[in-house]
Amino acid sequence: MSNGVNVQALLDAREVLKGAPEAAQFTWRASSKWQHGVHSTTKIEKFFGLGQEQSHKNESVFEADHPAIFAAEDNGITPIEYLLVGLAGCLTAGVASVAQNRGIKLNSVEASVEGGHDIRGILGADPDVRNGFNDIKVVFTIDADASPADIEALVAQSQKRSAVFDALTNPTNVTVEVA
Amino acid sequence: MYVTTAVIGAGHAGLAASHFLTAASVDHVVLERGEVANSWRHERWDSLRLLTPNWLSRLPGAAYEGPDPDGYADMGEVVDLLERSAKDVPVRTGVNVTSVRRSPEGYTLTTSEGPIRARTVVIASGACNRPVMPAFDVPARVEQVTPFDYRNPSRLPDGGVLVVGASATGVQLAAEIQRSGRPVVLSAGEHVRMPRVYRDRDVLWWMHHAGVWAQRYDELDDLTRARRLPSPQLVAGSTLDLNALTSMGVELVGRLSTIRDGAALFSGGLRNVAALADLKLNRLLDTFDEWAGTAPGERHEPTRVPASARWRLDLRSGEIGSIVWATGFRPDYSWLDVPVVDEKGALVHDGGVVGDGLYALGLPVLRRRGSTFICGIEDDARDVIGHLVQGLKSA
Ligand SMILES: Cc1cc2nc3c(=O)[nH]c(=O)nc-3n(C[C@H](O)[C@H](O)[C@H](O)COP(=O)(O)OP(=O)(O)OC[C@H]3O[C@@H](n4cnc5c(N)ncnc54)[C@H](O)[C@@H]3O)c2cc1C
Repeated sequence: MSNGVNVQALLDAREVLKGAPEAAQFTWRASSKWQHGVHSTTKIEKFFGLGQEQSHKNESVFEADHPAIFAAEDNGITPIEYLLVGLAGCLTAGVASVAQNRGIKLNSVEASVEGGHDIRGILGADPDVRNGFNDIKVVFTIDADASPADIEALVAQSQKRSAVFDALTNPTNVTVEVA
Repeated sequence: MYVTTAVIGAGHAGLAASHFLTAASVDHVVLERGEVANSWRHERWDSLRLLTPNWLSRLPGAAYEGPDPDGYADMGEVVDLLERSAKDVPVRTGVNVTSVRRSPEGYTLTTSEGPIRARTVVIASGACNRPVMPAFDVPARVEQVTPFDYRNPSRLPDGGVLVVGASATGVQLAAEIQRSGRPVVLSAGEHVRMPRVYRDRDVLWWMHHAGVWAQRYDELDDLTRARRLPSPQLVAGSTLDLNALTSMGVELVGRLSTIRDGAALFSGGLRNVAALADLKLNRLLDTFDEWAGTAPGERHEPTRVPASARWRLDLRSGEIGSIVWATGFRPDYSWLDVPVVDEKGALVHDGGVVGDGLYALGLPVLRRRGSTFICGIEDDARDVIGHLVQGLKSA
């Protein structure tokens, strides 16, 4: 039975890193460049982890812009939509890993993610409205060789161990400076 | 003074150790800084009753003998039980152990009543010596209370109360504070949901008889996790899960993440911790049914989570007058001058065997899932003292 997740490697890493907290310190990096209007391009390739510089196999390039109804050119998705990409990717990876670890074969996993957003906040139209999402809803449709309760447990456990779920549900200190 | 074994602490763990030491004719003394049952006398709130039914309150040398085996003891009754169990125990009360260090013959204890030399030492000083309190920047106008300070709601300032933590202590205090007329906001992280009764029997009857509490520490998949498991949402006599609290008017919010600029910020993950607890409860009830070999009994309504729980609570607005930190307890080993405590403050031991004649009792899942409960001490003490006695013989 395999969903293609190397769970053994993850479990081994967990054991090793228990005794080596320094090696567990990762830094993820992105660098972006303004193009024109509200369009920017962000590239991601290198990161730091396991005590040294690391690199993805390839550089990834992400275009961020706004849709035409915001009077923009729509060269890419809006920045806040990237949060949905991150959340869906993280929870889905979690579902696959937990399923692998529990010996559950997945036939298909689909998620639809919706973020409710009152844009009066970012427009400054109402000071009582926040800038970010008001709420986010994820609905998984999972076909797997398991009971409904086991499938719910997969989804619950994947939230429990999700980096992006944590980053979105809990506050994080953010420092923005001018170099 | 020299003894073969010095036992530190005269709670039920230290008393149980003494019974097995006496049975093996090992000369020993039980050192207690306060009185017998000191924690039950001085570190509990007024209304507290055991969440374990009376028939489960069995200690070596004493068991519940009153008219209500299905009742739940108040603190006076618990003290009485421990005192009966202490009848033939060589306890020296009012002896505070301030240091334990290695010596050529074993250990040297420094105490408020002078030094004591011992070949072996049993640490039975308790797992709950200090309330855990996260270090947040709480506005000065909000009073902060730990379960050790808390006695009853009338001593809290007027206004709303933020209770942080939804395990046994948190749900019990939230309920009685809400009943006192102070509106409670309850911050819930991961928790263990339990109904008081399952299929007409106390849920702890099932835990006990289905063998859950007897599961051995060295047979569990994830011992670290089992040892960190929060106490169950139980109170004497009735179900007190999050749904019961919601029905009473308690407002649920997520786990407290931080306090920033005078506002408490809660995790937006409340729904998931509730889902995890619901799923785990159902798995536990499945185990009971499997053990009983019968068709599934009743299942419970999923936890009702508010459609959009507040994630920000302004602590400067006057809405909240006090915070009750029901965020758990930890042991205190500041007096233990032997390098056997890890970087997180936990004693390093294998089923209560620390090594070199040093032993422990009364810690979470020490040897079994039920180790910290009164009813779990007898089997643990038998095993641990058995190991100690064996060590004395082979030395
Ligand atoms: C709020 C609360 C409710 C609980 N409810 C239940 C329940 O309903 N049912 C149940 O089965 N269990 C319950 N427990 C768990 C457990 O039974 C208690 O924690 C119990 O007190 C543990 O017994 P013990 O002997 O291990 O430790 P303690 O009872 O804490 O005894 C340790 C003793 O050691 C003494 N001591 C500590 N350090 C020193 C020192 N350096 N020198 C000398 N003496 C020292 C202390 O004064 C104390 O008397 C509860 C725990 C808490 C905190």
